[in-house]
Amino acid sequence: MKKILATITAAVALGGAALVAQNMQINGAGATFPNPIYSKWFSEYNKLHSNVRINYQPIGSGGGIQQVTKETVFFGASDAIMTDDQLKAAQGHLFHFPTVLGAVVPVYNVAGAADLKFTGPLLADIYLGKIAKWNDAAIAKVNPGVKLPTSDITVVHRSDGSGTSFIFTDYLAKVSPEWKTKVGVNASVNWPTGVGGKGNDGVAGLVQQTPGSIGYVELIYALQNKIAYGAVQNAAGEFLKASVAGVTAAAAGAVANMPADFRVSITNAPGKGAYPISSFTWLLLYENPKDKAQAKAMVDFVKWALTDGQKYCEDLGYAKLPDAVVKLEMAQLAKIKIS
Amino acid sequence: MKNKDLGFRLGTGVFALVLVLIVGAIGFELFRQSMLSLEKFGFAFWRTQIWDPVGGQFGALPFIWGTLYSSILALAISSPIALGIAVFITDLCPGWLRQPLVFLTELLAAIPSIVYGLWGIFVLVPLIRSLEQSMPDALRALPLFSGPPLGVGMLSAAVILAVMVIPFTSSVSREVLKSVPSAQREGAYALGATRFEAIRAAVFYARTGIIGAVMLGFGRALGETMAVTMVIGNNPKVSASLFAPQYTMAAVLANEFSEAADPLYLSALVEIGLVLFIITLIVNSLSRLLIWSMTGRVTASTEPVAAEAA
Repeated sequence: MKKILATITAAVALGGAALVAQNMQINGAGATFPNPIYSKWFSEYNKLHSNVRINYQPIGSGGGIQQVTKETVFFGASDAIMTDDQLKAAQGHLFHFPTVLGAVVPVYNVAGAADLKFTGPLLADIYLGKIAKWNDAAIAKVNPGVKLPTSDITVVHRSDGSGTSFIFTDYLAKVSPEWKTKVGVNASVNWPTGVGGKGNDGVAGLVQQTPGSIGYVELIYALQNKIAYGAVQNAAGEFLKASVAGVTAAAAGAVANMPADFRVSITNAPGKGAYPISSFTWLLLYENPKDKAQAKAMVDFVKWALTDGQKYCEDLGYAKLPDAVVKLEMAQLAKIKIS
Repeated sequence: MKNKDLGFRLGTGVFALVLVLIVGAIGFELFRQSMLSLEKFGFAFWRTQIWDPVGGQFGALPFIWGTLYSSILALAISSPIALGIAVFITDLCPGWLRQPLVFLTELLAAIPSIVYGLWGIFVLVPLIRSLEQSMPDALRALPLFSGPPLGVGMLSAAVILAVMVIPFTSSVSREVLKSVPSAQREGAYALGATRFEAIRAAVFYARTGIIGAVMLGFGRALGETMAVTMVIGNNPKVSASLFAPQYTMAAVLANEFSEAADPLYLSALVEIGLVLFIITLIVNSLSRLLIWSMTGRVTASTEPVAAEAA
């Protein structure tokens, strides 16, 4: 009797093990900004390849970089480019793969001002605290004919570390030398003035509730919450409101000078029609991963995401990658050692 | 028989020891992880006001100030109210109202902190903003009320903390007041006391327990994270003004920990955790000292203490 029981248990265990071996689970972690599109991709891909399940934890870009550096997850995701020091700390050579594009927009709550225009230096001065009132001459100059109130500007920024802040401060540093020296670029900075909201939704909520406030959020939040957002002047001098086309144009403008490792910032991109506060978001993959089976599955997924997966972007408010960028990425994908 | 007793004593002794070990382990781990920051900043960390992740300069003073200011203010608001609720429930309210009131106050304690935060953003902050806007200019000149009427700020945080702390303080005070021996109240009436004076006698008798309840509320207020971070404005600046947006230790940890990639930054955040841990220990020790100085006993209780001045 005992022998029969033992054989049955062994058979079940072996069978279970075999079943588990067929189903692959790949773990990743990182940025919250692309979480909606990544979730869509992982579920759609699982429908096509039912044995591959990708599990993603949106713990923040910083967390993603940390976890992939320590190899506690197979891949990372970040809105912020890894620095040289961070790359050196990794267990091997990490590749950056841009996946989608997003835009950061300046949202505001000013009664009677439906469409405000901002220049880069103007936004920097507001966030530095140098411009304190809405009817300041600098704002009036860029918005002729608009009746601006005399109230104080309440500046709203992110209280938590975030890729959105990284993109925004990266843009401000490019258009304002004072911002670059005084505050700098990071997911979390020493904001000279203002109130901090937690998450994109925290900032959106604060701006909606506080008359006379200005903040910055990802485009999709402004659209979904129907908050007024302003047009920003790009490097070519045009005032543009953020749109999927504008973001794609910003990426295309950067293709000409795309570095081989894709670590490029496309804020304040040159070219007509390019929205200035745009950014890629990246997947971080090792060149020589230890688990070859997972590597092969991941490479196949990224190939799918960069081609078929792009059709899900626009509905969720992200912009597709330009074809030229996808071509370059396929070449980099081929370098990953999958055997 | 003796062996069974020994086993029981050893077993429970082990549980007690494990508790002490866990607290010690937490303190040790916090200390270890913040070594980088401790070495770089030393004690200057406790009095520096700058919090600059980009420049690598970290100081905990704005957070310590914000935590203590909001918690003490919350205590000041909540203690009279909680004590009032406790006194009303035990001494004054009609019998049929007692259970529903008890139920409602304890319901407040069951509401999750994040729900308080959402209520804070959508209901409390606009209320406080209109309160701030209607403040007369003469008062606005005082440093206590200076600054633009944003709504988010120290006052909102203190009010929301007070609301969260009331159920704890009031339920413990109620238990303490209930266990005051009826001889005390009857004795007071026998001596010709009015209703209010009799209640006062009971409260005086139970004062150590009530202080314990207040301290419990204080401990809760010190560590409260989500509700506070949504209404306090998250601005690391030391300010005496009730209207100014400020920051607390728990809030900065919740906000910045997940994105901190730089080792010094992480270490500075863990050091803030260590500072919060130490401050909580100090507050608890001080409350024990206070109780000891009043009664000669270390823990709060309602047993009669001999030779008390009336």
